[in-house]
Amino acid sequence: MIKAFRWLLPHPFLTLLLTVVWVLLQNSVTSGMVVFGLILGIIIPRATAVWWPDRPLNFRLIPMIPYVLLVMWDILIANVQVAWIVLTRPNSKLRPAWVVIPLDLKQPEAISILAGTITLTPGTVSADLSNEGHSLLVHALDAPNPDEVRDQIKDRYERRLKEIFV
Amino acid sequence: MMLEMIATFFVAFWLLVGAIFSLVGSIGLLKFNDSMTRLHAPTKVGTVGVGALLVASMIHSYAFGDGWSIHELLIMAFLFVTAPISANFIAKVVIHKKSCETPPPPTKDETWSTLDIPEADREYTKTEKA
Repeated sequence: MIKAFRWLLPHPFLTLLLTVVWVLLQNSVTSGMVVFGLILGIIIPRATAVWWPDRPLNFRLIPMIPYVLLVMWDILIANVQVAWIVLTRPNSKLRPAWVVIPLDLKQPEAISILAGTITLTPGTVSADLSNEGHSLLVHALDAPNPDEVRDQIKDRYERRLKEIFV
Repeated sequence: MMLEMIATFFVAFWLLVGAIFSLVGSIGLLKFNDSMTRLHAPTKVGTVGVGALLVASMIHSYAFGDGWSIHELLIMAFLFVTAPISANFIAKVVIHKKSCETPPPPTKDETWSTLDIPEADREYTKTEKA
Protein backbone atom coordinates (compact mmCIF):
# COMPACT_ATOMS: atom_id res chain seq x y z
CA MET A 1 0.00 0.00 0.00
CA ILE A 2 2.70 2.44 1.04
CA LYS A 3 4.80 1.31 -1.91
CA ALA A 4 1.96 1.99 -4.34
CA PHE A 5 1.47 5.39 -2.75
CA ARG A 6 5.18 6.14 -3.10
CA TRP A 7 5.06 5.07 -6.75
CA LEU A 8 2.03 7.20 -7.53
CA LEU A 9 3.19 10.26 -5.56
CA PRO A 10 6.99 10.34 -5.66
CA HIS A 11 6.92 13.98 -4.65
CA PRO A 12 3.69 14.88 -2.76
CA PHE A 13 4.72 18.51 -2.34
CA LEU A 14 5.27 18.95 -6.09
CA THR A 15 1.82 17.44 -6.73
CA LEU A 16 0.27 20.00 -4.38
CA LEU A 17 2.24 22.84 -5.94
CA LEU A 18 1.25 21.89 -9.50
CA THR A 19 -2.41 21.68 -8.51
CA VAL A 20 -2.30 25.12 -6.90
CA VAL A 21 -0.50 26.64 -9.92
CA TRP A 22 -3.07 25.08 -12.28
CA VAL A 23 -5.99 26.50 -10.29
CA LEU A 24 -4.29 29.93 -10.17
CA LEU A 25 -3.76 29.82 -13.94
CA GLN A 26 -7.47 29.18 -14.46
CA ASN A 27 -8.24 32.21 -12.28
CA SER A 28 -11.33 30.51 -10.83
CA VAL A 29 -11.73 27.80 -8.20
CA THR A 30 -14.14 25.18 -9.52
CA SER A 31 -14.19 21.50 -8.61
CA GLY A 32 -13.56 20.45 -12.22
CA MET A 33 -10.41 22.50 -12.41
CA VAL A 34 -9.16 21.22 -9.04
CA VAL A 35 -9.64 17.61 -10.19
CA PHE A 36 -7.90 18.29 -13.50
CA GLY A 37 -5.08 20.02 -11.63
CA LEU A 38 -4.73 16.98 -9.37
CA ILE A 39 -4.52 14.71 -12.42
CA LEU A 40 -1.77 16.89 -13.88
CA GLY A 41 -0.09 17.02 -10.47
CA ILE A 42 0.07 13.23 -10.38
CA ILE A 43 1.12 12.68 -14.00
CA ILE A 44 3.88 15.31 -14.25
CA PRO A 45 5.94 14.27 -11.16
CA ARG A 46 5.54 10.61 -12.18
CA ALA A 47 6.70 11.31 -15.75
CA THR A 48 9.67 13.45 -14.69
CA ALA A 49 10.76 11.40 -11.65
CA VAL A 50 13.78 10.06 -13.58
CA TRP A 51 15.39 13.50 -13.66
CA TRP A 52 15.50 14.16 -9.92
CA PRO A 53 16.85 11.08 -8.20
CA ASP A 54 18.14 12.81 -5.05
CA ARG A 55 15.53 15.30 -3.93
CA PRO A 56 15.55 16.55 -0.32
CA LEU A 57 13.33 14.11 1.52
CA ASN A 58 13.35 15.81 4.91
CA PHE A 59 11.80 19.14 4.13
CA ARG A 60 9.58 20.95 6.63
CA LEU A 61 6.80 23.16 5.36
CA ILE A 62 5.70 24.81 8.62
CA PRO A 63 8.93 26.77 9.38
CA MET A 64 8.92 27.85 5.70
CA ILE A 65 5.92 30.16 6.29
CA PRO A 66 7.56 32.55 8.82
CA TYR A 67 10.70 32.47 6.65
CA VAL A 68 8.77 33.66 3.57
CA LEU A 69 7.07 36.41 5.62
CA LEU A 70 10.43 37.53 7.05
CA VAL A 71 11.97 37.68 3.58
CA MET A 72 9.05 39.72 2.22
CA TRP A 73 9.37 42.18 5.12
CA ASP A 74 13.12 42.46 4.54
CA ILE A 75 12.56 43.09 0.82
CA LEU A 76 10.25 46.02 1.67
CA ILE A 77 12.66 47.59 4.19
CA ALA A 78 15.75 47.09 2.04
CA ASN A 79 13.97 48.52 -1.03
CA VAL A 80 13.43 51.81 0.75
CA GLN A 81 17.04 51.86 1.99
CA VAL A 82 18.44 51.19 -1.48
CA ALA A 83 16.12 53.72 -3.11
CA TRP A 84 17.48 56.26 -0.62
CA ILE A 85 21.07 55.33 -1.52
CA VAL A 86 20.33 55.60 -5.26
CA LEU A 87 18.75 59.03 -4.93
CA THR A 88 21.02 60.72 -2.39
CA ARG A 89 24.47 59.09 -2.41
CA PRO A 90 26.99 60.24 -5.06
CA ASN A 91 28.95 57.45 -6.75
CA SER A 92 32.21 58.50 -5.14
CA LYS A 93 30.83 57.87 -1.66
CA LEU A 94 29.51 54.42 -2.51
CA ARG A 95 31.43 51.52 -0.99
CA PRO A 96 30.62 48.36 -2.98
CA ALA A 97 32.27 45.20 -1.69
CA TRP A 98 32.59 41.49 -2.27
CA VAL A 99 31.38 39.38 0.62
CA VAL A 100 32.42 35.75 0.98
CA ILE A 101 29.97 33.56 2.86
CA PRO A 102 31.16 30.14 4.05
CA LEU A 103 28.14 27.82 3.78
CA ASP A 104 26.97 25.36 6.40
CA LEU A 105 24.10 24.22 4.19
CA LYS A 106 24.67 21.06 2.16
CA GLN A 107 21.57 20.49 -0.02
CA PRO A 108 21.66 22.20 -3.42
CA GLU A 109 17.98 23.19 -3.00
CA ALA A 110 18.72 24.94 0.30
CA ILE A 111 21.71 26.76 -1.21
CA SER A 112 19.68 27.96 -4.19
CA ILE A 113 16.93 29.25 -1.88
CA LEU A 114 19.57 31.13 0.13
CA ALA A 115 21.11 32.57 -3.05
CA GLY A 116 17.68 33.60 -4.32
CA THR A 117 16.85 35.27 -1.03
CA ILE A 118 20.12 37.21 -1.10
CA THR A 119 19.47 38.46 -4.63
CA LEU A 120 15.85 39.43 -3.94
CA THR A 121 16.74 41.56 -0.92
CA PRO A 122 18.05 44.73 -2.55
CA GLY A 123 21.58 45.77 -1.73
CA THR A 124 23.04 42.31 -2.16
CA VAL A 125 23.36 40.06 -5.22
CA SER A 126 24.64 36.51 -5.03
CA ALA A 127 27.20 36.25 -7.79
CA ASP A 128 28.95 32.90 -7.71
CA LEU A 129 29.47 29.63 -5.90
CA SER A 130 32.90 28.12 -5.19
CA ASN A 131 33.93 25.14 -7.31
CA GLU A 132 33.05 22.61 -4.62
CA GLY A 133 29.94 24.45 -3.49
CA HIS A 134 31.01 25.36 0.05
CA SER A 135 31.19 29.15 -0.24
CA LEU A 136 28.91 31.77 -1.73
CA LEU A 137 30.14 34.99 -3.35
CA VAL A 138 27.89 37.98 -2.70
CA HIS A 139 28.22 41.50 -4.03
CA ALA A 140 27.00 44.24 -1.70
CA LEU A 141 26.01 47.65 -3.05
CA ASP A 142 27.06 49.64 -0.01
CA ALA A 143 28.93 47.81 2.71
CA PRO A 144 31.41 49.78 4.80
CA ASN A 145 31.90 46.62 6.83
CA PRO A 146 31.64 43.38 4.75
CA ASP A 147 31.96 41.14 7.83
CA GLU A 148 28.77 42.64 9.22
CA VAL A 149 26.85 41.76 6.02
CA ARG A 150 28.20 38.22 6.16
CA ASP A 151 27.20 37.72 9.81
CA GLN A 152 23.76 39.17 9.15
CA ILE A 153 23.06 36.82 6.23
CA LYS A 154 24.35 33.82 8.16
CA ASP A 155 22.31 34.63 11.24
CA ARG A 156 19.13 35.84 9.61
CA TYR A 157 18.64 33.49 6.65
CA GLU A 158 21.02 30.56 6.81
CA ARG A 159 20.21 29.68 10.42
CA ARG A 160 16.49 29.55 9.56
CA LEU A 161 17.08 27.53 6.39
CA LYS A 162 19.03 24.99 8.45
CA GLU A 163 15.88 24.47 10.49
CA ILE A 164 13.79 23.96 7.34
CA PHE A 165 16.13 21.47 5.61
CA VAL A 166 17.10 19.22 8.50
CA MET B 1 -20.37 55.24 -4.91
CA MET B 2 -18.24 55.96 -1.84
CA LEU B 3 -16.61 52.51 -2.02
CA GLU B 4 -15.76 52.98 -5.67
CA MET B 5 -14.00 56.22 -4.85
CA ILE B 6 -11.97 54.60 -2.05
CA ALA B 7 -11.01 51.78 -4.44
CA THR B 8 -9.91 54.31 -7.06
CA PHE B 9 -7.67 56.02 -4.53
CA PHE B 10 -6.16 52.71 -3.46
CA VAL B 11 -5.44 51.70 -7.05
CA ALA B 12 -3.89 55.11 -7.75
CA PHE B 13 -1.75 54.88 -4.61
CA TRP B 14 -0.32 51.46 -5.47
CA LEU B 15 0.26 52.49 -9.10
CA LEU B 16 2.22 55.49 -7.84
CA VAL B 17 4.32 53.39 -5.44
CA GLY B 18 5.13 50.93 -8.21
CA ALA B 19 5.95 53.69 -10.67
CA ILE B 20 8.24 55.47 -8.19
CA PHE B 21 10.21 52.33 -7.40
CA SER B 22 10.53 51.47 -11.11
CA LEU B 23 11.78 55.01 -11.75
CA VAL B 24 14.34 54.78 -8.94
CA GLY B 25 15.51 51.44 -10.34
CA SER B 26 16.01 52.97 -13.78
CA ILE B 27 17.83 55.99 -12.31
CA GLY B 28 20.12 53.60 -10.46
CA LEU B 29 20.80 51.69 -13.67
CA LEU B 30 21.85 54.95 -15.36
CA LYS B 31 23.72 56.49 -12.45
CA PHE B 32 26.03 53.77 -11.18
CA ASN B 33 29.31 53.44 -12.99
CA ASP B 34 30.38 49.83 -12.91
CA SER B 35 28.54 46.76 -14.02
CA MET B 36 28.34 45.03 -10.64
CA THR B 37 26.69 47.96 -8.84
CA ARG B 38 24.40 48.45 -11.85
CA LEU B 39 23.12 44.95 -11.39
CA HIS B 40 21.55 46.01 -8.08
CA ALA B 41 19.05 48.34 -9.75
CA PRO B 42 16.90 45.81 -11.70
CA THR B 43 16.53 43.52 -8.68
CA LYS B 44 14.66 46.36 -7.00
CA VAL B 45 12.29 46.98 -9.87
CA GLY B 46 11.57 43.26 -10.03
CA THR B 47 10.38 43.08 -6.45
CA VAL B 48 8.60 46.10 -4.99
CA GLY B 49 8.03 47.96 -8.28
CA VAL B 50 6.24 45.14 -10.05
CA GLY B 51 4.69 43.93 -6.77
CA ALA B 52 2.94 47.25 -6.14
CA LEU B 53 1.65 47.38 -9.74
CA LEU B 54 0.23 43.87 -9.32
CA VAL B 55 -1.48 44.86 -6.04
CA ALA B 56 -3.09 47.75 -7.93
CA SER B 57 -4.25 45.32 -10.62
CA MET B 58 -5.76 42.99 -8.00
CA ILE B 59 -7.66 45.80 -6.27
CA HIS B 60 -8.91 47.09 -9.61
CA SER B 61 -10.25 43.75 -10.78
CA TYR B 62 -11.93 43.20 -7.40
CA ALA B 63 -13.60 46.61 -7.33
CA PHE B 64 -14.43 47.18 -11.00
CA GLY B 65 -13.90 43.88 -12.80
CA ASP B 66 -15.43 40.49 -12.23
CA GLY B 67 -14.38 39.59 -8.70
CA TRP B 68 -11.12 38.25 -7.33
CA SER B 69 -8.24 37.89 -9.72
CA ILE B 70 -5.44 35.61 -8.58
CA HIS B 71 -3.26 35.56 -11.68
CA GLU B 72 -1.15 38.27 -10.07
CA LEU B 73 0.05 35.95 -7.31
CA LEU B 74 1.32 33.58 -9.99
CA ILE B 75 3.13 36.39 -11.85
CA MET B 76 4.77 37.39 -8.55
CA ALA B 77 5.83 33.80 -7.84
CA PHE B 78 7.36 33.33 -11.30
CA LEU B 79 9.19 36.65 -11.06
CA PHE B 80 10.62 35.74 -7.68
CA VAL B 81 11.88 32.45 -9.06
CA THR B 82 13.38 33.77 -12.31
CA ALA B 83 14.83 37.17 -11.31
CA PRO B 84 17.68 35.80 -9.13
CA ILE B 85 18.73 33.38 -11.89
CA SER B 86 19.14 36.08 -14.54
CA ALA B 87 20.97 38.32 -12.04
CA ASN B 88 23.27 35.42 -11.18
CA PHE B 89 24.09 34.81 -14.84
CA ILE B 90 24.86 38.48 -15.50
CA ALA B 91 27.16 38.46 -12.45
CA LYS B 92 28.88 35.33 -13.71
CA VAL B 93 29.52 36.96 -17.11
CA VAL B 94 30.93 40.07 -15.41
CA ILE B 95 33.29 37.94 -13.32
CA HIS B 96 34.27 35.85 -16.33
CA LYS B 97 35.10 38.87 -18.50
CA LYS B 98 37.04 40.37 -15.55
CA SER B 99 35.33 43.74 -16.00
CA CYS B 100 35.07 44.15 -12.23
CA GLU B 101 37.33 43.91 -9.21
CA THR B 102 38.54 40.33 -8.87
CA PRO B 103 36.64 38.76 -5.96
CA PRO B 104 38.58 37.55 -2.91
CA PRO B 105 39.22 33.78 -2.79
CA PRO B 106 36.57 31.65 -1.05
CA THR B 107 37.24 30.60 2.54
CA LYS B 108 36.30 26.93 2.15
CA ASP B 109 37.36 25.89 -1.39
CA GLU B 110 40.19 26.87 -3.76
CA THR B 111 38.44 29.10 -6.27
CA TRP B 112 35.09 30.36 -7.61
CA SER B 113 33.36 28.16 -10.15
CA THR B 114 33.37 30.87 -12.83
CA LEU B 115 37.14 31.33 -12.51
CA ASP B 116 37.71 27.58 -12.37
CA ILE B 117 38.82 26.96 -15.96
CA PRO B 118 39.40 23.31 -16.86
CA GLU B 119 42.99 22.25 -17.64
CA ALA B 120 42.27 21.69 -21.35
CA ASP B 121 40.79 25.18 -21.90
CA ARG B 122 43.52 27.22 -20.17
CA GLU B 123 45.73 27.35 -23.25
CA TYR B 124 42.79 28.63 -25.28
CA THR B 125 41.98 31.54 -22.96
CA LYS B 126 45.66 32.57 -22.90
CA THR B 127 45.91 32.76 -26.69
CA GLU B 128 42.61 34.58 -26.88
CA LYS B 129 43.91 37.37 -24.67
CA ALA B 130 47.23 37.70 -26.55
